[in-house]
Amino acid sequence: MKKRLTIIMSYVMVLMFSASTVFAEAAEAVDPAKIDTGDTAFVLMSAALVLLMTPGLALFYGGMTRSKNVLNTIMQSFFIIGLVSIQWVLYGYSLSFGPDIQHLIGSFAWWGLHDVGQLPNADYAATIPHLAFMIFQAMFAVITPALITGSFAERMKFPAFAVFVLLWATFVYDPIAHWVWGVDGWMHNLGILDFAGGTVVHISSGISGLVIALMIGKRKGYGSEIMLPHNLPMTVIGASLLWFGWFGFNAGSALSANGLAANAFVVTHIAAAAATVSWVLVEWLYHGKPTILGAASGCVAGLVAITPACGYVSTLPAIAIGLAGGIICFFAVSMLKAKIGYDDALDAFGVHGIGGTWGAIATGLFASKAVNPAGDDGLFFGNPDLIVTQLIGVVTTMVFAAVMTFVLIKLIGVFMQVRSDESDEEIGLDIAEHGERGYSYQDVAAGSLSFATMLQPTEQLATPQWESETAQPRL
Amino acid sequence: MKKMTKIDIITRSGKLEELKEALADIGVTGMTVSQIFGCGLQKGHTEVYRGKEYNINLLPGIKIEIVVCEVPVSTVVETVKKICRTGKVGDGKIFIYPIENAVRIRTGEEGDIAIIDPQDFSKN
Repeated sequence: MKKRLTIIMSYVMVLMFSASTVFAEAAEAVDPAKIDTGDTAFVLMSAALVLLMTPGLALFYGGMTRSKNVLNTIMQSFFIIGLVSIQWVLYGYSLSFGPDIQHLIGSFAWWGLHDVGQLPNADYAATIPHLAFMIFQAMFAVITPALITGSFAERMKFPAFAVFVLLWATFVYDPIAHWVWGVDGWMHNLGILDFAGGTVVHISSGISGLVIALMIGKRKGYGSEIMLPHNLPMTVIGASLLWFGWFGFNAGSALSANGLAANAFVVTHIAAAAATVSWVLVEWLYHGKPTILGAASGCVAGLVAITPACGYVSTLPAIAIGLAGGIICFFAVSMLKAKIGYDDALDAFGVHGIGGTWGAIATGLFASKAVNPAGDDGLFFGNPDLIVTQLIGVVTTMVFAAVMTFVLIKLIGVFMQVRSDESDEEIGLDIAEHGERGYSYQDVAAGSLSFATMLQPTEQLATPQWESETAQPRL
Repeated sequence: MKKMTKIDIITRSGKLEELKEALADIGVTGMTVSQIFGCGLQKGHTEVYRGKEYNINLLPGIKIEIVVCEVPVSTVVETVKKICRTGKVGDGKIFIYPIENAVRIRTGEEGDIAIIDPQDFSKN
């Protein structure tokens, strides 16, 4: 019965998607004079870099959880790539960047990427194919919900998670993206500056994470059991991929291979570097040792903080933004969380929510028209209004994302179970949700003790050089 | 049938190679080694993750289980004490138990001949 159902569903899906060829457009005449090859190459490569950030995030988070939950953590991020990419091209892009409705949302005019082709869209990026802009933005839509997974790690049921991601992408990410980046979006019109997504990506996901952490409750044993990161080298690999990919995230947001992109690239790197140093130093002062987890966390905090600012600030402010970002996020993660007592397992709020907020405020402080004439001047460049505007953006995003997340989780909770059973949490979600183990080697139960074969009488294990002749193991 | 005795040695992981050699020298070659976590008088150490301190009380070590009948128990104990003692907290413990019976699975032999090396046995 299950097999037949699977076969029928597969046929239906193949039919559905081959039917879409009915809507294929005739080949467009592309005007080579309008499309800049350097810009196009740069944006496409940046899109690829941003994609790499999501599996990077999966590893970053995966290394910090307990080993029994590593696959579930990675799976959440990885599956989002598939889910949200499809949502994006079907209607997400249209809602985010499509023709404006009341400054709040885009229309469905571009569903299925209708009218999104090889010609540039002058409103968004006049020198690259519209498809290139769309796919670049797709990667942002993908990584944003993935960031939230850090808050509810190790205790959310996968079906509820998948439904939540789809709904959140549609009802939270797409509207906010439209407000900030869409043509005639109200935040855009207000003059809120968010170059690469401090508000759209980090504040929204951070606050949503906090809400879910509060609603779903703490992990079983939180506070009494010791829960340590099980694979910090994996976390560092993840952080490295994030740092690398962030160049696409920030510099690529210039949508052009030009000076502004170079500025964004440089300040991104410098802010990350400064935050790495500051987090390590603060932790060193407070707890006596510099840790790699601190360094990795610091670098991410710095990257988050510079994200909204990278197209508007220069290098020296970037150092300040990074230094402060590392310190602020360190305290958010170590003290705020402990004081208030919520279980934001992997600090999505502490690093992304708080870091993004600092970044938005920092933009209000350090933005300069000298860096980007299309931007604005901040407080330190003679304009105290920008910081007010930025705060409006921060607060509205937080309230909207928080309320929507609350509503969505409550709604989903009516139809399905959101939090894992206690017994599943105990065994580990890898086995409970996915029927897989992250690490089967050296596991008697998994039959993979391949290095320990039963010796025949004449065989002997290879002995290390320093062992004496008489010490031969025998069964 | 000679009396069989099980000896559990719980000590630091670093002592394993030395101990194996020394035991082989006194005629004990069969053993079972496990990785264990334990604590006695030790205080453990502190680990820090994202600003949160954790006191790790259980420390890694090894447990070596041997069953002897020909080799005197006191000889084994003296050897282990000589090798494993450093004078610092964490040297470990030795536990001694009587064994009711032993079986060599390959041949089905039971009793003291199950644990005595066949080569040594033929010398007796």
